[in-house]
Amino acid sequence: MAIYRSHVLVCGGTPCLLKGARTIRDLFQQEIDRYQMTDEIRVVETGCLGPCDEGPVVIIYPEGVMYSRLQPADVPKIVENHLYKGRVVEELIYKEGKAGREQSGPPGVTLEGEKYLDRQKRVVLRNCGRINPDSIEEYIANHGYKALGKALTELRPEEVVQMVIDSKLQGRGGAGFPTGLKWSFTAKTQADRKYIVCNADEGEPGTFKDRLIMEGDPHSIIEGMAIAGYAVGAEEGIIYIRGEYQLSIERMARAIRQANQYGLLGKDIFGSGFNFQIQIRSGAGAYICGEETALLESLEGNRGEPRVKPPYPGVAGLWGKPTVVNNVETLANIAPIILNGPAWFRSIGTESCPGTKVFTMLGDINNQGLIEVPMGITLREIVYEIGGGIPGGKGFKMAQTGGTSGGCLPMEYLDLPMDYDTLAKAGSALGSGAMLIIDDTHCIVDVLKNFMRFFCHESCGKCTPCREGNPRLYEILTALSAGTATQAQIQLMKDLARTMQLTALCGLGQSAPNSLMTCLRFYADEIAEHLNGECPTGVCKSLATKSEAV
Amino acid sequence: MLAKTDCSLPTPKLSAILDKYKKSPGSLLEILREAQAINGYLSREILQLIAEEVGVPESKVYGVATFYSLFKTAPTGRYIIRICESAPCHIRGAQDVLAAIEKTLAIKPGETTPDGKFTLEFTSCLGLCGVAPAMMINDQVFGNLTGDRVREIINSF
Ligand SMILES: Cc1cc2nc3c(=O)[nH]c(=O)nc-3n(C[C@H](O)[C@H](O)[C@H](O)COP(=O)(O)O)c2cc1C
Ligand code: SF4
Ligand code: FES
Ligand code: FES
Repeated sequence: MAIYRSHVLVCGGTPCLLKGARTIRDLFQQEIDRYQMTDEIRVVETGCLGPCDEGPVVIIYPEGVMYSRLQPADVPKIVENHLYKGRVVEELIYKEGKAGREQSGPPGVTLEGEKYLDRQKRVVLRNCGRINPDSIEEYIANHGYKALGKALTELRPEEVVQMVIDSKLQGRGGAGFPTGLKWSFTAKTQADRKYIVCNADEGEPGTFKDRLIMEGDPHSIIEGMAIAGYAVGAEEGIIYIRGEYQLSIERMARAIRQANQYGLLGKDIFGSGFNFQIQIRSGAGAYICGEETALLESLEGNRGEPRVKPPYPGVAGLWGKPTVVNNVETLANIAPIILNGPAWFRSIGTESCPGTKVFTMLGDINNQGLIEVPMGITLREIVYEIGGGIPGGKGFKMAQTGGTSGGCLPMEYLDLPMDYDTLAKAGSALGSGAMLIIDDTHCIVDVLKNFMRFFCHESCGKCTPCREGNPRLYEILTALSAGTATQAQIQLMKDLARTMQLTALCGLGQSAPNSLMTCLRFYADEIAEHLNGECPTGVCKSLATKSEAV
Repeated sequence: MLAKTDCSLPTPKLSAILDKYKKSPGSLLEILREAQAINGYLSREILQLIAEEVGVPESKVYGVATFYSLFKTAPTGRYIIRICESAPCHIRGAQDVLAAIEKTLAIKPGETTPDGKFTLEFTSCLGLCGVAPAMMINDQVFGNLTGDRVREIINSF
């Protein structure tokens, strides 16, 4: 490999591509060629750098200077000044909320000195934005497939399982189930065939982390799956990617081909006698297929309706065989754990929930995008430090954590540490890591209506509490926003929500009322005002606005 | 029952697809996806043929075809506009975008323009929330939409 004095990494994640990142990349190459620096500077298309809303984003190494919102006309400036003369182009550097959106005064924290990337700890996204995702050589050059080599040649399968147990890694797909324990069930079960299924059906509203991990570092998932296969005794892996994620499918497919060519997948990997192959399957547009048993039904060519559990997939999964189902982010954590050891992993994050979490920050926040931070970070740090606060001088109203299946937290909870246990205790959920920030111009009833519509639409219809419950909740919320609801209906909503949480067959119906329940608790006043025919924010058009309430 | 040997059926193409997946059980979704690519939708006749060849009841094939939102059992416009209505896009003004589309094309979600060019649909989150509000037109993705931008995009088709 040639030695270059600088690398220009152009983000090639879907959000940046939408804003013309390819043109920017080509222009960089063209200008660099023009300055005859082709042998000195390399232009690479890479994975998501984080601030997706500020695209196209480019980062130049070794300095690590990040430029954002680049227009074609900016490229010659950067090439001439930064790359040729060595002078950073200050006005194009990424700044929080670069659009000039006015920042609100965050209660109790200063923004000075905090930088977007400094606050982060990149384990899962270790290669995202650093390497070319289409190059297995670059992945290998960054310690890629070393963990697989170590596992296959130095460790017994049970030792691999034990390391994952000791790391206390919890599944990152939403439920937070201990990964090592899950693997141990499958490892213990005798069968002629076992499967590793990577759940890449990402559909939780507000979640796009798995997409950007697949686009930015596909080999990290392959490596994690192969290690899982070795640990539990499975020779077949399947990645179930949602049909809409075309670029993810392409990049994963290319990565699998390369791994096969290098002998890192296939027969007798590292001469260990272990065989492993991976195939890609894709979904056809159904949120419920993210639920693991619905996903297995879909892989078998059926309607994606959840199965009754137990038996759990770990014991009887795809075609009745023991199957490990893990999320993309969970699997991307595996190689670093094997390489650096469980103690290292436990040193990050909180005692009960170690490691990092990839969050997507979105909604009414200055820096929308993807971040990876240690578990236990507070909501305040996410919103006001990394997220850059709320645009337009508006106030914080609530954060919906864990996506639409999660729950809503008001201002008083800003200092809550974000991990699975703490959020569950607060009645919310960490879930997939989507953080939807909602400012004080939005109406609680209106957003709740939106959440319930989602569940009405996505319920698979197999069980009554969910199929019938969601539309009833939606109806009552609609009545609230029209000013025709009664106090008795509020009680009915509570009873119905409770019934769904207790009796629905799968996680969709059980968690559908979560946001509603948290809002009934934290925003009882605003809901009561709707009962009295007033919408304080003026969003519900058929109601009166109470001016002093805003 | 409809005649099984309807001459408008793309039988050779369909046979090729069915052959390809003969040995892979559980490939019904793949078969339906590729079969749909032939005509843009899955007609009753095509579903019948698939059921017969795969050896499962027609009700099962129909059940699967109607479960997934990317499968269509009736003709649609050449371009399917799928606008995201999930919360993050909602918070960032998806209604205004929807209103602009409805006005430009004079159709509502679920409808197709009289010239058969566009069908408008709602979708749940597309994983493009980093650039909300977002939509897809067939396989192409679009983000950071505003009323003006969406009008421009539609006019470019
Ligand atoms: C309605 C519903 C949707 C889900 N969607 C996803 C998803 O898109 N991706 C995912 O990894 N897990 C999803 N899950 C969780 C899976 O059922 C399962 O717990 C997870 O894939 C296990 O992997 P993990 O232990 O690595 O998190 C969903 C669960 C439910 C109930
Ligand atoms: S809870 Fe909802 S999504 Fe889950 S099985 Fe029942 S109807 Fe289907
Ligand atoms: S996609 Fe470019 S920064 Fe996220
Ligand atoms: S909410 Fe619209 S793309 Fe995710």
